[in-house]
Amino acid sequence: MGLAWGMTRISVSVDGIAYVDEVEPRMLLVHYLRDRLGKTGTVVGCDTSNCGSCTVHLDGRSVKSCAVLAVQADGHEVITIEGIAKDGELHPMQRAFHESHALQCGYCTPGMIMQSIDLLAANPDPTEADVREGLEGNLCRCTGYHNIVKAVLTAAADAKAAR
Amino acid sequence: MTDLPASGIHGHPHRRIDGRAKVLGTATYAFEQDVDAATYLYPLQATIARGRVRRIDTSAAEALDGVVAVLTHLNAPRLADTDDKEYAVCQSDEVAFRGQFIGAVVAETQEVARHAASLVSVEYDEQPHQVVLPDDDKGLDDPDEVNAGYPSDTAQGDVGAALADAERLVDETYSTPMEHNNPMEPHTSVAIWSAGSGDGDASLLLYDSTQGVHSVRRTLAPVLGLKPERIRVVSPYVGGGFGSKGLPHAHNVLVALAAQLTGGRPVKFALTRQQMFTLVGYRTPTIQRIRLAADGDGRLTGICHDVIEQTSRIKEFAEQTATATRMMYAAPNRRTSHRLARLDVPIPSWMRAPGEAPGMAGLEMAMDELAERCSLDPIELRVRNEPDIDPDSGKRWSGRHLVECFRTGAERFGWADRGEPGARRDGDWLVGLGVASSTYPAFTMRGSTAEIAYVDGRYVVRIGASDIGTGTWTTLSQIAAEALGVEVEGVRLELGDTDLPMATVEGGSSGMASWGSTVVAAVDAFRDRHGKDPEEGATARAETPEHADRKKYATHSFGAIFAEAAVHADTGEVRVRRMLGVFDVGRIVNPPTARSQLVGGMIFGLSMALFEHSVMDARTGHVVNHDFAEYHIPVNADIADLDAIWLDHEDTNANSLGAKGIGEIGTVGSPAAVANAVYNASGVRIRDLPITPDKLIAQSGSTKTGSPQSGHM
Ligand code: FES
Ligand code: FES
Repeated sequence: MGLAWGMTRISVSVDGIAYVDEVEPRMLLVHYLRDRLGKTGTVVGCDTSNCGSCTVHLDGRSVKSCAVLAVQADGHEVITIEGIAKDGELHPMQRAFHESHALQCGYCTPGMIMQSIDLLAANPDPTEADVREGLEGNLCRCTGYHNIVKAVLTAAADAKAAR
Repeated sequence: MTDLPASGIHGHPHRRIDGRAKVLGTATYAFEQDVDAATYLYPLQATIARGRVRRIDTSAAEALDGVVAVLTHLNAPRLADTDDKEYAVCQSDEVAFRGQFIGAVVAETQEVARHAASLVSVEYDEQPHQVVLPDDDKGLDDPDEVNAGYPSDTAQGDVGAALADAERLVDETYSTPMEHNNPMEPHTSVAIWSAGSGDGDASLLLYDSTQGVHSVRRTLAPVLGLKPERIRVVSPYVGGGFGSKGLPHAHNVLVALAAQLTGGRPVKFALTRQQMFTLVGYRTPTIQRIRLAADGDGRLTGICHDVIEQTSRIKEFAEQTATATRMMYAAPNRRTSHRLARLDVPIPSWMRAPGEAPGMAGLEMAMDELAERCSLDPIELRVRNEPDIDPDSGKRWSGRHLVECFRTGAERFGWADRGEPGARRDGDWLVGLGVASSTYPAFTMRGSTAEIAYVDGRYVVRIGASDIGTGTWTTLSQIAAEALGVEVEGVRLELGDTDLPMATVEGGSSGMASWGSTVVAAVDAFRDRHGKDPEEGATARAETPEHADRKKYATHSFGAIFAEAAVHADTGEVRVRRMLGVFDVGRIVNPPTARSQLVGGMIFGLSMALFEHSVMDARTGHVVNHDFAEYHIPVNADIADLDAIWLDHEDTNANSLGAKGIGEIGTVGSPAAVANAVYNASGVRIRDLPITPDKLIAQSGSTKTGSPQSGHM
């Protein structure tokens, strides 16, 4: 499409697949993922970078993808909620959320899971307070958070036991 | 009713059936539906609170590459029925509130749509507006009735005399803020319009984020001039609703209009978080004068609850704020009233526990004040005023175990440790305990139909119900499995589609009782017709059964909420350290999903006490804090030790399932429990929610408590 703002070519790896695309410089990463690649597992809750529901990993660190432009992902690696299960096998954090009833409507869940994985990568043995503070940028309107904290602590304990 | 199998399936924990899709990111909410050749809508919104659009220039927008259509009142397709002004979208030049839709741009991408919308220039003829609730009763209206069909006013006995003769009296004014529902999934709709042959056979497919697909269809059909069967609404997953998705709103009409201009291409529309503060309903602010008269022993002789609240000038919504006061406590003389200010504001609507949440916030703070004036423990005050029958209807209770809730909770929570206001200190923190009653009506709505079919060795259960995160996918499957006498895995539930049989809206905490009893009835019909060993393809249907006994009883849920608050002596910061809810809600189908609902509801109430407040700018009619940076809801770190438990009393007087509903009761008593705990901690009574540090600090000078060295509270 010949759109007003001109296009920029980006090469980006998303969930292990390399994409080369023409995007408008103003396109947000989250819209690139959702509207262009169909990766709708990453959702939009606020688009003012407050809620965390759009959280993905950029080169292994969590980012709010509504606060990143698609062009900023050029030459980088993005992992979304759709890229962490392996061969139908849930990622341990996904399993922990499922088993701990850490969700209701599920809309905050992809972002919570991606942020929680990042949290454990930085701090493999967190206290409850560490978890609550580490997830402060992710809002949930349904669950009251309790089971979310439980899920993250469970995932941490499981990982420790496996080490 | 079908015999229950020896090992009942419900009441036993079952993992969420929808959980796997949700952790994988494959659950398809409305916007996430995969459609071909999608276009994207960005709305145009009025920037005045009242007046007319004099001129609207869309030429620059239309000239932009990638714009598919620009819609305004000048070119919008005509609606068939514009009586309901909320749905009369772009049908005239009138502006009734700031932020109202005055048009839309549809484009190839979201970026282009938003850019093009910014190129539309609009001139207005502005008229004076009023957008702030007045605190006197000048110019207020009496509504004919309030939400859910309750009378606006009630009176029994002689309240005036009771107040005049009171040995103990509370006469205070409490206020609750404007609040916005803010489900995490924005309101989204994807519309696909097929023009048909032009002979009245147009049709609409709507992927929508809604609490009731059938309600959306039924409401939109006359507005759009389509027969209901020409509209299909699909909504398998919903990212929360809390009432704001209970009925369609203007955005559904806007997207349906826009979809008529794209030659059949789908139009996707997700409101931004900021737009949600204008267009999808909210909880009215309330001002409540409450008067409680009691004798020297704390027995209520009179209760008077007068409410001022707002509605929009174009559509009335009257929150039923004082209805719980009608049934909560015994008192021979009682009066309640609701008065409405009609303002140039967006249309208020349902928000989790409409009526009960703000009304019980007021009443239960007043009860706490009365307890102190009677020198009684707040629990004892409530026990003394426990009514044998419903004082409002005169009916017997289907089940009321409020006192047991209090006793159970008091023991667990360590209520006996509660001290005098401002007496307990922990470092820089003043610590206190508070309690409040909770209640919510137990509704069973009739009018649903369920179908059972035997397909490929499994029972398919079809009902056009919803799961907005409440757990319906799981609990309704459990109920069906138990009635059928099979494992949950032997059942496949289908919901969230108007192609499925009619179901009532997920609202009023009625879902489980209404749909659950309908599913059980359908299983009975199925077994009657096909026995235990059905043939492939066998089907049967049933409607919601009439529960003959129900009308004899007043049917309500009850609860006791306990809170421990810590108030920082210097800054007035409030931390809720512990909360416990003890509930009398009838049968619980799935403990983990139920607990999550109750705890989530309690946080919603805590949030009303401490955080949520939509601030209306009187000059512009605009909610100034319209995003999550400034409209605060609790985050992980705001929550400490929180628990919900329930008593084991099935209420089969209320409905055949014995379940009374759990979606809203957690929210009801929690604001007052927290407010009362803050008072017990600090000795400062804030009657205007939310309780923020500035209010505590401002009032603390006038109180007796606090330590001279460092405490200023
Ligand atoms: S959508 Fe990105 S933080 Fe809310
Ligand atoms: S589960 Fe609904 S927002 Fe978190």
